[in-house]
Amino acid sequence: MTHNEIPLHKKSIAALSAMLQQGTVTSVALVELFLERIHQLDPQLNSFITVIPEQALQQARAADQRIAAGTSGPLTGIPLAHKDIFCTEGIRTSCASRMLDNFIAPYDATVVNRLHAAGMIVLGKTNMDEFAMGSSNETSFYGPVRNPWDVTRVPGGSSGGSAAAVAAGLVPAATGTDTGGSIRQPAALCGITGLKPTYGRVSRYGMVAFASSLDQGGPLARTAQDVALLLGAMAGFDERDSTSVDRPVENYAQHLSGSVDGLTIGVVNEHFGEGLDSNVAARIESALREYERLGAKIRRISLPHSALSVPAYYVVAPAECSSNLARYDGVRYGYRAEGPSSLEEMYKRSRAEGFGAEVKRRIMIGTYALSAGYYDAYYLKAQKLRRLIGEDFNSAFASVDVIMGPTSPTVSFKLGEKLADPVTMYLSDIFTIAVNLAGLPAISIPAGFVDGLPVGLQIIGNYFDEARLLNVAHQYQQVTDWHEQAPPGFE
Amino acid sequence: MSLTKADVIKIAHLARLAIDEDDIPVSLRDLSNILYFVEKMNAVDTTDIEPMAHPLAATQRLRPDQVTEGNQRTRFQAVAPQVEDGLYLVPKVIE
Repeated sequence: MTHNEIPLHKKSIAALSAMLQQGTVTSVALVELFLERIHQLDPQLNSFITVIPEQALQQARAADQRIAAGTSGPLTGIPLAHKDIFCTEGIRTSCASRMLDNFIAPYDATVVNRLHAAGMIVLGKTNMDEFAMGSSNETSFYGPVRNPWDVTRVPGGSSGGSAAAVAAGLVPAATGTDTGGSIRQPAALCGITGLKPTYGRVSRYGMVAFASSLDQGGPLARTAQDVALLLGAMAGFDERDSTSVDRPVENYAQHLSGSVDGLTIGVVNEHFGEGLDSNVAARIESALREYERLGAKIRRISLPHSALSVPAYYVVAPAECSSNLARYDGVRYGYRAEGPSSLEEMYKRSRAEGFGAEVKRRIMIGTYALSAGYYDAYYLKAQKLRRLIGEDFNSAFASVDVIMGPTSPTVSFKLGEKLADPVTMYLSDIFTIAVNLAGLPAISIPAGFVDGLPVGLQIIGNYFDEARLLNVAHQYQQVTDWHEQAPPGFE
Repeated sequence: MSLTKADVIKIAHLARLAIDEDDIPVSLRDLSNILYFVEKMNAVDTTDIEPMAHPLAATQRLRPDQVTEGNQRTRFQAVAPQVEDGLYLVPKVIE
């Protein structure tokens, strides 16, 4: 198949951008095409919570004028969807919760502002796990998202709507957030590319808070090149986020051509133990051999505390969540219970009725871990483990350039399969969580299939090494075509 | 660790979450299982390890103590459940 025969909805942002600049397609035409695909196909997936056709078409007309006037950039006129965790002025931001079902933010998140300034056209807001708490996109108030590769299976979570929408060709790119794997795991399970940047690289301003020391926004798209273009527009210092890092943003899209010859890849012994599906392991080994063919060297390493990252995370994240979600009190915005007889009853019933089961579970775990007499045993203990987990990575990066392994221990699982047992669900993120605790950047890229379901290769980098991660991912995508596959029924 | 029914009621109160009597057994089971799971942390001795609160060991950035945002009360209260004369209304606190 030649390049020109690829249908528009399967083309990369880079390819669509070139067509827009050459005038062989308009932004209005692209927006109409993707809106039509959403209309036709999303009832099978439930990947969008809100679609905004009128605003999108209006923005597209403005983008076409800028392209005609020669004042456009590489993202001008390209359709985009935002995870419904990013505040959008005048458009509902629900966080997939009944609590915020009626919430219209009075301002835009910095990520929303930046991508708008780059000329991207927002088609709507994507479904997600409620308040980003989940690994299967089944905790949404608006119902689960389905995986386009098999609609009886989960897309992963919490950015499941963003991943499913991109994989199904309903939008070329989407934003996500990653607190314990919520960009990388759904990217892996849906067969697309997703990057979690270094903590502080992308502003958290206007991103509804879950666990503030772990949360980080990032892009999901089909290719590493597209992710590089998106990250370049999303990243940067923001004085409105007190944890934003004041450091220049590299031109990621310009740094993709480097060779991986001589690259040292760390492969973690602990990642290939109990719990990893043997077919997934085989796909990952095969991807590593591909890198060796490209000249990279493999070095076996150990991250001795990585097994404890999930227990430590399920103290740190709930503790921060219980504190952050204390703001939902039914007073200033969000859901308020009917007819409370007292202020305390209003708080308690508004929160009990407004939050779903998993959110309440995490608030309660966090409340307990932070309560008098238990703080040292849980929260402080977890923060100490977090240090050890971070030091493991620091030691590893003294002798390797990147670390590679599976993003998820299995391919996509069936809807409902892990919902009844929270701890089993938590273990879905065993390979991604340590990265958040350490604050490192990592990307998941498609690395093949097991029984028709996508497998993701995770590449972890040192702090602020996003340019290298994207380069290393791009080089793999130059010699493989896993990222070009489309799910049957959505071609 | 295994929680008791009284623990669950107390935690729910601290978190300002109403909890139905019927839901307590399931909460008790799930929360106990999660706590049992996180106690695997105790497998590692962390004496003398400095707790890590921020991945990049950064300190909080400060800015000059100046007013930078204008008053937007009307916009912010547009999404409030109940307001009157610029004030948020809640059930009566003192009889």
